[in-house]
Amino acid sequence: MSTGTEPETRQMSAEQRALEASLPSVAKKVGELPSWAPWGILAAAVVVVGGGLLLAGRGIGLAVVATAVVYALAVYLISRTVEGPRKATDRLVTVLVTTAFLIAMVPLVSVIATVLTNGVARFDAQFFTNSMRGVVGEGGGGYHAILGTLIITALAALMSIPVGLLTAVYLVEYGRGKLSRAITFFVDVMTGIPSIVAGLFAFALFALFFGPGVRLGFMGSLALCVLMIPVVVRSTEEMLKIVPNELREAAYALGVPKWRTILKVVVPTSVAGIASGVTLAIARVIGETAPLLIAVGITTGVNLNPFDGRMATLPVFSYYSYVAPGVPREPFIDRAWTAALVLIILVMVLNLAARLIARLFAPKTAGR
Amino acid sequence: MSKSIEVENLNIYYGSFLAVEDVTMTIRPQTVTALIGPSGCGKSTFLRSINRMHEVIPGARVEGKLALDGRDLYGPGVDPVGVRRQVGMVFQRPNPFPTMSIYDNVIAGMRLNNKRAKKNVLDELVEKSLRGANLWKEVKDRLEKPGSGLSGGQQQRLCIARAIAVQPDVLLMDEPCSALDPISTLAIEDLINELKTDYTIVIVTHNMQQAARVSDYTGFFNIEGTGKPGKLVEMDETRTMFSQPSQKATEDYVSGRFG
Repeated sequence: MSTGTEPETRQMSAEQRALEASLPSVAKKVGELPSWAPWGILAAAVVVVGGGLLLAGRGIGLAVVATAVVYALAVYLISRTVEGPRKATDRLVTVLVTTAFLIAMVPLVSVIATVLTNGVARFDAQFFTNSMRGVVGEGGGGYHAILGTLIITALAALMSIPVGLLTAVYLVEYGRGKLSRAITFFVDVMTGIPSIVAGLFAFALFALFFGPGVRLGFMGSLALCVLMIPVVVRSTEEMLKIVPNELREAAYALGVPKWRTILKVVVPTSVAGIASGVTLAIARVIGETAPLLIAVGITTGVNLNPFDGRMATLPVFSYYSYVAPGVPREPFIDRAWTAALVLIILVMVLNLAARLIARLFAPKTAGR
Repeated sequence: MSKSIEVENLNIYYGSFLAVEDVTMTIRPQTVTALIGPSGCGKSTFLRSINRMHEVIPGARVEGKLALDGRDLYGPGVDPVGVRRQVGMVFQRPNPFPTMSIYDNVIAGMRLNNKRAKKNVLDELVEKSLRGANLWKEVKDRLEKPGSGLSGGQQQRLCIARAIAVQPDVLLMDEPCSALDPISTLAIEDLINELKTDYTIVIVTHNMQQAARVSDYTGFFNIEGTGKPGKLVEMDETRTMFSQPSQKATEDYVSGRFG
């Protein structure tokens, strides 16, 4: 896309230049700042304002903010005197947009950097092979928590994906009238419910049958389901909606029944988007802490049976290692960070998988 | 193969709205019938009622009789899916299935209905249909490539090949050339001329020259005003319709002095 529009903008500016040249009385300022000018101004602002404030011992926060403000003003004023007000506004807005992007990046980069530096200490083979059974100080690992997270999330996905997909198919292909509107409304509401409510729901539900205090991996899966289904419905619905109606009609006109059309035309056409949406929904729930804290609890040993007793999960493992460390503290804190790092890596892998899936399944349009 | 269509006092409704009123016409086998008329006059709705495609829209229904070789298409126990297997359709915009290759697009009617056949039977069907749609020479070396990689005109001929591969009795075309350039249009028009030996063809078009070029019979639909139902004003041999129509409205429309 960018390569396609570039010559166009160049052409535009050539036309503008021609226009400005032919109308010298209207376009008084035809100057243009050299391409290095913004960088030069930035360097000057950093050195003069930022450096000055730092030397004066006023703290780095003030230095950065002041540098940004002075830079924006300087770019605007210099550009206005040389290039005219329109270009100056353009440059000012560019600076504002870039600044907003950098501000948005700060927490993200900060989180990743912190987790990486703190988590890398215990990011070793032992962490991936040992559980916490019998470990009181050094050593041990998150093997049991990794398995627990994978099992509980997989079980949640196994339950939510069919329900979510079929709900979306119903809403897009069959649903109309009050029932469909009601489902859409409640899906929207469910998207917004706090995750702790989902955990309490699972806890209360199972307490009815097994008495209070029951904790199962399956309860966690159920709580995650409540959080995951609306996300799957929403993303699948959007993907099914963008399948052109013409394809459905083409299939009907060939004498294909509606259910086969959905199964063989509509879903395959949108499967890339659906698959990546589902993967992102999994990534969304894999890091949930609150519902698992209530419904699953924590344990020190490996428990592979989600229908029998407590299980460990990475977020809860990380949480408990931090709030209730043993003596000495340090090994527990280190393991908490590493668990967080593993969780981030899992989410990242899922996101990459979503992209890969989208690319693999996308309808091929090459070959013209 | 080719069958006649008899329409008697057909009313088409969308919910309580009467879209097309009181159409009576007979379409002979192995002819091309063009339906012309201003936008919104119900000619597409009528065309879609012939293979019950308009029923895709909720609330659509018909009154009256629509028969294919004497068999009522709206009779009790008639499955719309079965009707559509007999009455194929080509749409305004070329719509090959983007997930399928050219080969699979042609046999989509079988693939999607899970009909199994031997490879050589399928190969033959693909070649025959693509030859029938005048596309074989252009695509025979890249049958496994996606159908969406073809040009608009080729895609439309691919859609025609897909429609004739299920061997229908009637072929409906809803403005099949309106998204195409003149050269592709010519290719489709030539194709229509060849296809009429095997099929009954009904084509909706906004292009009067096209109607005059390709059709044997022409039906003129008109509408009195917005909210009023569309009506079949008259239907006759194309030559008569364009030279001495019996109705003033037809003469005004075909000569461009409309309204």
